[in-house]
Amino acid sequence: MIIVGVLLAAAAVVLVALPFLREPVAADDRLDAPTEADQRRFMLVEERDRALAALKELEFDHRTGKVDDADYRELLGPLRQAAAVALRALDSPQE
Amino acid sequence: MADLGRAALIVTFGLAVYSLVAGGIAARRNERRLAASARNALYCSFASTLVGAAVLATALVRHDFSFKYVAAHTNRHLPVAYTLSAFWGGQEGSLLLWLLVLTGYGALAVAINRRLLRDLTAWVVPVIGGIATFFSFVLVAVASPFDTQTAPFDGAGLTPSLQNPYMVAHPPMLYLGYVGLSVPFAFAAGALLSGRTDERWIVATRRWTLAAWMFLGFGQLLGAHWAYVEVGWGGYYAWDPVENAALMPWLAATAFLHSVMVQERKGMLKVWNMVLVALAFELSVFGTFLTRSGVVNSIHSFAKSSIGPWFLAFVVISSVFSLALIMWRLPLLKAKTKLESAISREAAFLYNNLLLVALCLTILWGVLFPIVTQLVKGETRTIGRPYYDFFLRTFGLPLLLLMGIGPLVAWRKTSLRGLMRTLSWPMAAAAVAGIVLVAIGAGSSSPGLIAYTFSTFVLATIVVELVRGTRATGSLFTLVARNRRRYGGYLVHAAVVLLAIGIAGSSAYSSSVERRLALGQSMTVAGYTLTNRGVTVDPKANVTETRAHLAVAGRWNGTISSGDNQYVNPPEPSREVGIKTDWLRGQDLYVIVDEAHPKTGLVFVQVLVKPLINLIWVAGIVFLFGSLIALWPDAREQRRLVARLAPAAP
Repeated sequence: MIIVGVLLAAAAVVLVALPFLREPVAADDRLDAPTEADQRRFMLVEERDRALAALKELEFDHRTGKVDDADYRELLGPLRQAAAVALRALDSPQE
Repeated sequence: MADLGRAALIVTFGLAVYSLVAGGIAARRNERRLAASARNALYCSFASTLVGAAVLATALVRHDFSFKYVAAHTNRHLPVAYTLSAFWGGQEGSLLLWLLVLTGYGALAVAINRRLLRDLTAWVVPVIGGIATFFSFVLVAVASPFDTQTAPFDGAGLTPSLQNPYMVAHPPMLYLGYVGLSVPFAFAAGALLSGRTDERWIVATRRWTLAAWMFLGFGQLLGAHWAYVEVGWGGYYAWDPVENAALMPWLAATAFLHSVMVQERKGMLKVWNMVLVALAFELSVFGTFLTRSGVVNSIHSFAKSSIGPWFLAFVVISSVFSLALIMWRLPLLKAKTKLESAISREAAFLYNNLLLVALCLTILWGVLFPIVTQLVKGETRTIGRPYYDFFLRTFGLPLLLLMGIGPLVAWRKTSLRGLMRTLSWPMAAAAVAGIVLVAIGAGSSSPGLIAYTFSTFVLATIVVELVRGTRATGSLFTLVARNRRRYGGYLVHAAVVLLAIGIAGSSAYSSSVERRLALGQSMTVAGYTLTNRGVTVDPKANVTETRAHLAVAGRWNGTISSGDNQYVNPPEPSREVGIKTDWLRGQDLYVIVDEAHPKTGLVFVQVLVKPLINLIWVAGIVFLFGSLIALWPDAREQRRLVARLAPAAP
């Protein structure tokens, strides 16, 4: 049984060392973290999706009677504006 | 074979330490190969823990009493299912299960998210590695399930009260829940460590949190049913510290599941969500500490040992770590928007959160109070049922009401006029229910009457939501399929209503009579007449069964038997209650026989009639069904998420 234990440990060592065995010398060993531009784009996508989801939710709530006409008119404008701003920011060239 | 188990756990410990240290260095220095190596170590730690678990399971099935653990928790008479359930019947085995589920969950969560969220998972690996390091250390150095001895002929056996089908499922369910909360905690910590505090960690862990919450909730209901049929005192929840230990993280996770929607929709409550995730995780470890340390007196503390200080140290260190992380990243967690109105969905979620956390913290204080008084005054003072019942009513009834109002309030703001119009039907239904209940005599209990009226209100809001939604979309199926989380959630709300009705009915309107009955004597309780027909004693291989037989007439005609089992190995008694369920009324006739004299036929009997109690168990099934609907993968949503996360992925 102890042999099985040793084999288990050896197999674990090989698997853990595998990334270094596959690439003893890596051309680029940096973790591919998102760049600042990626991060900015992601935040904008998040804002766009949030604005579009809010619009969709408002439409649904209005159709189901949860939001009356007066509230709907009051809320629609700012939400449309927020969605438009998010869409424009996404379309504009990144710095 | 024990050598293999020990070796497997030592390998797990080494791998966990490696994934903690190497993973931390890799994430800090941004090194790709080292991060992949640490990730592989986490995968391997699951495999080596699985080997250890297989060794213990094999030893249990083979009745290998050279394992101290097997000899302490099983014997040759034990059926196979209970022999296997002894895996989590003792301390060492249950800690091994914790580690197995942790490494399994951790490896799976990292594997699923490693491409899309590479920067985040690089930090998640050392966090899970850190938790696994603690548990594997305890298993290797403090409480090993692989300690051996000269094998005795037979083992001590499993505590009789654990020999119940519910005990085969209840502990693993709780562990799947407790440990499942490690995943959102690890991703939240990873987000804070990496400085990427956007929504991605929430998206990545949404289903993990929901699954952990579902297991924890369903596991508690299984435990409640076990207590009801096995412990034999007529109740299902005694506010026992160990029961509370499972309830507290569930309440914190419930608060998180609601507040996280506010962050998703409005980018608010980021700090609060981090605090809730950390609280749920810390409470889950604290729950394991309470169950296993023996620091509090509980019927559920089946194992007591010296692991308490280690767990306490881990809870303190991980709590300080979590709080320090949140404080460090506070500037990144500032909300961009504000609460626009006190009458809005996000405000309703906020009120719900405050009530849930207040309930959670009052329960925590009740659990800690005996420990605090012991430390400060040198004497243990316990907090009784009235304390918990008071706070359950104080926070629980407004929560029930909010469960009805919340879904009918729109995001951002709703005018009072619009809200009153939307609520008109549910309020009318609740008013009618209240009047009818008073008319039929249910007004004898004010909390019961309020609970039923609020329950009607919530059920009416769910119906209104479903009817209006179906009208808008054209089909109920389309409505649910388009937003499974919401409508699965409504079904969970319906389960909570059933639970509230069951709890109120069985506690506020129950009947209980105690009598000493000679042979042939009768007693009457809530429409049932019970007559003592004598006592039998039935000696079997490992148990002697004593039963009093009572003929029942009235709402149901038949015979009900109750008594006790006296086991030979282990030499412990077990109370065996008699239960007859009336499914039409949802009520139980529950018979407890405390004394039964075979020679004279004299019995001391307690008879309880518990109206609507079976709605609690029905609630469990509805809860499970609703949770599964909310959990069910949605291909369309998945595609949207991938498209949304893709710009940030390498």
